[in-house]
Amino acid sequence: MTEPLIRLRGITKSYGEGANSFQALRGVDMDIMKGDFVAVMGASGSGKSTTMNILGCLDVPSGGEYLFRGHHVEELNRDQRALLRRKYFGFVFQGFNLLARTSAMENVELPLLYRGDAKTERRRAAMEALDRVGLKEWWDHTPAELSGGQQQRVAIARAIVTRPEVLLADEPTGNLDSARSREIMELLSDFNRNGITVLMVTHEPEMAAFARTVVHFRDGVIERIDSNAQHGAVG
Amino acid sequence: MRSTGLWAEMYGTVFLLALRSIRRHLLRSFLTVLGIVIGVAAVVTMVTLGNATTAAVQNQISSLGTNILQIRPGQGFGRGGGGPRPPNFDMDDVRAIEQQIAGVKAVAPQVQTSGTAIFEGANWSTTINGTSSAYFQVQPWPLASGRSFLSSEEQAGKAVCIIGNTVHQNLFRGGEAIGQRFRVKGISCDVIGILSTRGQAGFGGDQDDVVIMPIKTVQRRFTGNQDVSVILVGVDDAYSTTQVQASITDLLRERRKIGEGKEDNFNIFDTKQISDTLTSTTTLMTRIMAAVAAISLIVGGIGIMNIMLVSVTERTREIGIRLAIGAVSREVLMQFLVEAVVLSCLGGLIGLLLAQIAIALLSPLMQVPWTFDAQINIIAFVISAVIGVVFGYFPARRAANLNPIDALRHE
Repeated sequence: MTEPLIRLRGITKSYGEGANSFQALRGVDMDIMKGDFVAVMGASGSGKSTTMNILGCLDVPSGGEYLFRGHHVEELNRDQRALLRRKYFGFVFQGFNLLARTSAMENVELPLLYRGDAKTERRRAAMEALDRVGLKEWWDHTPAELSGGQQQRVAIARAIVTRPEVLLADEPTGNLDSARSREIMELLSDFNRNGITVLMVTHEPEMAAFARTVVHFRDGVIERIDSNAQHGAVG
Repeated sequence: MRSTGLWAEMYGTVFLLALRSIRRHLLRSFLTVLGIVIGVAAVVTMVTLGNATTAAVQNQISSLGTNILQIRPGQGFGRGGGGPRPPNFDMDDVRAIEQQIAGVKAVAPQVQTSGTAIFEGANWSTTINGTSSAYFQVQPWPLASGRSFLSSEEQAGKAVCIIGNTVHQNLFRGGEAIGQRFRVKGISCDVIGILSTRGQAGFGGDQDDVVIMPIKTVQRRFTGNQDVSVILVGVDDAYSTTQVQASITDLLRERRKIGEGKEDNFNIFDTKQISDTLTSTTTLMTRIMAAVAAISLIVGGIGIMNIMLVSVTERTREIGIRLAIGAVSREVLMQFLVEAVVLSCLGGLIGLLLAQIAIALLSPLMQVPWTFDAQINIIAFVISAVIGVVFGYFPARRAANLNPIDALRHE
């Protein structure tokens, strides 16, 4: 059996101290293999977002082990986690989170800027990423000039422009109508077929149906894990 | 792999991002740096004008000549106090100083009066200065044309005179004057020389508005006594003025029969001393004004910090995005720091520009020449950059230390 890309063991997370403390995660075990497409579902407060933040190295667990490519993430400091995100992770958010008053091109090339790519290389890669999400013609438009679906596609282009190992999507279709949502999900499936591991938080079963594995959270623990047998037939 | 070239380009990009952000909020940016603009402009203007004033004062004093002792009867500048008026000097005092004091280059007696000069219907009221040819050895004041007094003329008390430029212009309309004869206080006087222009005196008054005659002529024809009111002593460069001053004091005390423990009834000014006093006064004034102006620079820096803190709060989400994408703390820090520094440097540049305009407008009013003091311009600019770093650091660090999750959730 091959080593999983991500391995969580006994992850706990609590907020606050003493009597006011709140246990968001109460021991989460999870293995994610390279190339997986995992949807995380659950009611609000079930711990799914906290898990996603920990998986994306945006947050640190209070206890337990997180191994990414065999390395202990929980031991890394703030900047080391930032460098890990820069190299291996791409993020797509519910609220798109594009820089305002900044062109699609400049939004997409932002991660490359932090990676230190040269300008011509940045432009080329950003253009290619915009092309893959079908927005090549819109490269000089600012978020205000783009529709919600287009903005989310720019955000996806920004997430994949660095050719990350893992794409983390937090309710990527939460602000979109069903037609736009399908487009986004097809894009994510497409990137997954090209080898990118996709982790997605959603509360919509239709969107979760695109994933190969669906993890259900309840009260800070994993309630059950479903496998979508018909995966690959969908989309 | 990251190369230095790429780093340079990254910071170039950060620089461009900062410029873009400043341009997006042009009015706000301008108001932010207004304090720096005013501070820099004030500091540069004050220091430049102050230094120009100091230089002008020094210039005027050195035009009087250095290493000159001026001996007057009485205490201090005024005659001061009650009691009998201290006696004037006479020619014996002048000769005594000349012969008995070591290190004396030349000694010129002086007696002054005023009168109206008349030439072919032109009238000009002026100062009449009776002295000897030593007057031109004590101080550097060359003749523009003509000659100085001959010793025969001095001994005979002849009515010959050397005129200043102002008298030349007003009495002779700048025309041929040497060999001409004009009337002054009832006597006829031959012009034998014209002085070169000297300009305004340090304490007001036109130094060129003067008629110089042999002292004997002035004493005999005008003042009617043998008194000498001022003695000018030129000190040899090889001797110290302080030492010569002390010897002259001893000599004059003896000659004027001043008893042990009694105060001098004359005083000796060292022009260098006056120069030093005035210079240190103007320098002190310059420093005080610069200090006041510097306070506004600090206030300006606080203004920058204020706006940068607001900007950090406003852009919390943006910072969250950058952090999520993989920006390390230092990169976020740099972005905000660069923005603050670019802002304050721009403010500094505008301030320097304003200062040049202010100096150009004010220097004619203050009667000092227009000057460009490169040093203070550079210092003020560097200070504005440093202010950007110092006051930009706190907000920048705050941005850099934001938690990415909280920042992303920020509305």
